[in-house]
Amino acid sequence: MEFFLQLLLNGIVVGSIYSLVGLGFVVIYKSTSVLNFAQGEFLVLGAYICLTLTVQYQVPFFWSFLLTLAFSALMGILTERLILRPMIGEPVISLIMVTLGLSSLLKAIIQGIWGTELRPFPDIFPAEPVKIGPLPVSQGYLISLVSVAVLLVIFTLFFKFTRSGVAMRATAFSQQVSLSMGISVKRIFALAWSIAAVVSAIGGVLLAGIRGGLDGAMAFFGLKVIPVVILGGLDSIAGAIVGGPIMGILENLAGGYLDPLVGGGAKEVAPFVVLVLILTIKPYGLFGKVKIERV
Amino acid sequence: MRCGDFRESYAEDMSLFESPLPRVLLSGLLLFLLVLPQFATTYWLDVLNRICIAIIGAVGLNVVTGYTGLISLGTAAFLAVGGFATAAMAGKAGLPFVIVIPLSGLLTAMVGLVFGIPSLRLKGLYLAVATLAAHYIVEFTATHWDSMTGGVNGISIPPAQFAGLVLSDDRKMFYLIFPVTVGLLFFTKNLFRTKVGKAFVAIRDQDISAEVMGVNVFRYKLLSFAVSSFIVGVAGSLLAYQARIISPENFPITLAIDYLGMVIIGGLGSILGSIFGAIFITLLPEMLRLGTDALSNQWPALMQLVAPLKAGVFGLVVILFLIFEPDGMAARWNHIKAYWKLYPFSY
Repeated sequence: MEFFLQLLLNGIVVGSIYSLVGLGFVVIYKSTSVLNFAQGEFLVLGAYICLTLTVQYQVPFFWSFLLTLAFSALMGILTERLILRPMIGEPVISLIMVTLGLSSLLKAIIQGIWGTELRPFPDIFPAEPVKIGPLPVSQGYLISLVSVAVLLVIFTLFFKFTRSGVAMRATAFSQQVSLSMGISVKRIFALAWSIAAVVSAIGGVLLAGIRGGLDGAMAFFGLKVIPVVILGGLDSIAGAIVGGPIMGILENLAGGYLDPLVGGGAKEVAPFVVLVLILTIKPYGLFGKVKIERV
Repeated sequence: MRCGDFRESYAEDMSLFESPLPRVLLSGLLLFLLVLPQFATTYWLDVLNRICIAIIGAVGLNVVTGYTGLISLGTAAFLAVGGFATAAMAGKAGLPFVIVIPLSGLLTAMVGLVFGIPSLRLKGLYLAVATLAAHYIVEFTATHWDSMTGGVNGISIPPAQFAGLVLSDDRKMFYLIFPVTVGLLFFTKNLFRTKVGKAFVAIRDQDISAEVMGVNVFRYKLLSFAVSSFIVGVAGSLLAYQARIISPENFPITLAIDYLGMVIIGGLGSILGSIFGAIFITLLPEMLRLGTDALSNQWPALMQLVAPLKAGVFGLVVILFLIFEPDGMAARWNHIKAYWKLYPFSY
């Protein structure tokens, strides 16, 4: 029972970070119809920058975190301006390939600067666990869970009430109509990419903090978020928020109970098995907009 | 078009060679490539073989992605299926390569059919995601089905043999790989002159109109997946014979991305493009290594940067091609050819 609860908790915490990074996917997909395969690299890059500022330049964590976010926002804008904007109107294969190329490029930059070995991440969370009922829970988990929840609420409010948020939803609905209503679609695209880069960076820092270490392999997290957003529906923010914990719990249960049977690796492959199932049964996910195409 | 070069029938318009000259040139090139191994060093023979295998794989991917418009991220998985099928049939059952290679292709085609089924409901982005999932599922199976694939330790493959003939080194392997490559290239080139190939292209250009015109989209999409994975499976089989030891680590997702890169850089929906792309992407790391070797005296630190340099240059080249030459090297080649055809009187 305790084992089960532990798995459940791990799932919820990792799943909440899935939700956060998934939000980045959804925001980009909704407004620009691009699936960003470089999200994992955004995440790792953010974490590395925070690490370097904190350890090498001795910047207090709070400030280095803010600087990381500023850098990520800038990187998002630059990516949109330099790489994605020339691709507007190109076929899907080009859009997919350009983000794969970007992912390869960023991976190379990360590996060139920081190498491949695991680096210890500064202890941003207090070490001693707190007890919830019988279960010892590390404070890092709780802090990360709470901060993700707060962020998700902030973003939901942002999309619902602020001027930019409404403009983003309008752009997602119809670019032509929003253009004629005086919304700068270019600015919305840039905003979407910078939001995605920022949430990924936050996810990266939290994940590295929980793990206590950081290496380039963490970019795989970006690919594992894809099943989450497909489960929730690629164009649904609520879907990303709900899909994250579901997938997190699922993969942790698979890892906990199936790994001894199959000899490891179940945790990594479970989300993709679920992905195939969703795609065959309900391809537009739990909350996605259904586009009926009978071909 | 040349002056006085008129086409009077449909068959003439569809012929493989526009005029006798390309036919002569191509025969010359093939002949040159056939004698090349006699003069090449072991290193370059290895590179040459890998280029041929990459060409087969890229052509296979181009059938499904370039010609039918179905995006596949599963190339590495299909290569792995072909490779492990070869390992099982050649290693465990001791079959000769004339049986093993086609059978590996057929087995891969069957696996391709299974993962092609989502393509009946899904398009574009969703299909890419489905094939991504297929990749990880195949990788997981390859890693954990120890008795068949040797698990993470890998599995070794005996040299290709048939009726007492043992292809034990790269030079002998070349004379197996090269004819297969040329044969498959001609097969694919001709495929797109037939009804089936035309149906693939019709589905890519507009699936609804294709259906209206009587193309059974359901059947041809699956057929495209099958043909593509057959060709990729043959590439995987040759890869296994050439590498002599394979493990799941030889087929990472980056390999699938490399193949997509070949198709994009070379040119989607172009056989010539697949050849250019395969040559370019295979030679890229070799050139980078030669370059860094030459410069390593001045900057020894450069040696550690080879791996990231390869990924970085690859990413950069893909992005630049997509932005500035979306039709790839094949389009550029055709521009150059058109320019010189009428030189110096281009108007």
